[in-house]
Amino acid sequence: MAKVLMKGNEAIAEAAILAGCRFYFGYPITPQNEIPEYMSRRMREVGGTFLQAESEVAAINMVYGAAGCGKRVMTSSSSPGISLKQEGLSYIAGAELPCVVVNMVRGGPGLGGIQPAQSDYYQATRGGGHGDYRMIVYTPSTVQEAAEMVAKAFTVADRYRIGVMILGDGMIGQIMEPVDLEAIKVEPENTKKLWATTGTDSKDGKRSVVNSLYIDPNELEVVNQRLEAKYDVIAAYETEYEEYMLDDADVMLVAYGTTARICKSAVAKAREEGIKLGLFRPKTVWPFPYDALAKAAEGKKAVISVEMSLGQMVDDVRIAVNGKCPVHFTGRTGGVIPTPKEILDYVKEVR
Amino acid sequence: MEHRIVVAGFGGQGVLLIGQVLCYAGMAEGKNVSWLPSYGPEMRGGTASCSVIVSDGEIASPLVTEPEKLIVMNLPSFTKYEPLMEKGGTIYVNSSLIDAKSTRDDIKKCYIPCNDAAIAVGNARAANMAMLGAFLADTGVVSKESAMAALKKIFGERRAHLLPVNELAMDKGAEMMVKE
Repeated sequence: MAKVLMKGNEAIAEAAILAGCRFYFGYPITPQNEIPEYMSRRMREVGGTFLQAESEVAAINMVYGAAGCGKRVMTSSSSPGISLKQEGLSYIAGAELPCVVVNMVRGGPGLGGIQPAQSDYYQATRGGGHGDYRMIVYTPSTVQEAAEMVAKAFTVADRYRIGVMILGDGMIGQIMEPVDLEAIKVEPENTKKLWATTGTDSKDGKRSVVNSLYIDPNELEVVNQRLEAKYDVIAAYETEYEEYMLDDADVMLVAYGTTARICKSAVAKAREEGIKLGLFRPKTVWPFPYDALAKAAEGKKAVISVEMSLGQMVDDVRIAVNGKCPVHFTGRTGGVIPTPKEILDYVKEVR
Repeated sequence: MEHRIVVAGFGGQGVLLIGQVLCYAGMAEGKNVSWLPSYGPEMRGGTASCSVIVSDGEIASPLVTEPEKLIVMNLPSFTKYEPLMEKGGTIYVNSSLIDAKSTRDDIKKCYIPCNDAAIAVGNARAANMAMLGAFLADTGVVSKESAMAALKKIFGERRAHLLPVNELAMDKGAEMMVKE
């Protein structure tokens, strides 16, 4: 099949269908409304379930239910709605259930605005709900990559029994680009999910229980330690990043998602002027590519984190670089998108 | 070669459609394309706009902040985007609705009475296609044939009967264009 022109939101929805997602629960919010709109049509065609819940809180708990039954399930929202879902996400983490959550980030705090932002980085990478937990967080920068990451998210969610977030922004949701849906790799789903609450027939009469309550602290500590061990495995195997024009670079930008694309334009502009600029792009922000970033930063005059926020990922960049070279931050926030020229001007200032 | 285009006008003038036609047609011609619409409050009763890139290479930033080609369908868009244009770029002005003239001497200017062209071919709503026809005649970003094929795809069967008048509008726009 040839490439088709799709909005990021639509491509994400179609990729979820291709990956075997047959349950979608959501509540409308700009700038991700094309996802539920698309799902409302496609789920019917493929015999799945689309439900517009009465609230984000209801939607995430419906996800909890479907995930507990071992079904591939997705919800999507934008920043204020994702805040509402945090209780459910914490329960999902505690009960070790797989699901996929899309956050098309908009400016905050509060109701904020509707334009693109990256100000939910802390929430996405530090566990926005309560408790010692993590979610795997993918940060697509093109529509094609968004579709591929969604398909992968379902596989990875099942593999580790964990919630996986696609952390986009208004721009990746609204942009239209050509997508090759056939290039999306979908691994066959392992439908033997013995932990799922699907009855006792195949389990010698034993019940599966979905639970996140452990009253005995000693028991809960063991659960937390088991989760930690799982997170360590994920960090070892699922960390992803891209290095762009770094071989001869003396200044390195670090950016994810659509900001990384703007940085690529800044890199091109810089090189026209003889400035050796490169880009390190985390494709997962949890697990964060600490080791790879530390290695890439070796010998650089400066490392600059570029974000659509007041500077959140820069904390992880500092942890990775660990004082070996100066780490700076530049960016715009509140829904304002930085321009390649602004980024390049900042590079000239610090180098 | 990379064309970095902004298309702007009132909501309802079909500026997003101009951008989509360029994208579909560019994709059909094997080029890389991106289309990024405004989706903010300005769409609801004010100006609508989209950034369109048609490129032979990989597209980095999809946001066009300094348009190299600018299509403006109304005065607020002219006022907002004309000062932002890249040196050496070209502005395409709907002179039916915009009395103003660009005073910049570092850009090329094309004036097209789009609404008049559309009325002349019998469908006042095809002003956007008059603009597209003129734009393609001047730039060749995509061929007119590719644009018509894209429009056919977007219109579908239900609106297929509108294709001939849209093609007439494209030709009329190109014919009525005044270059400065």
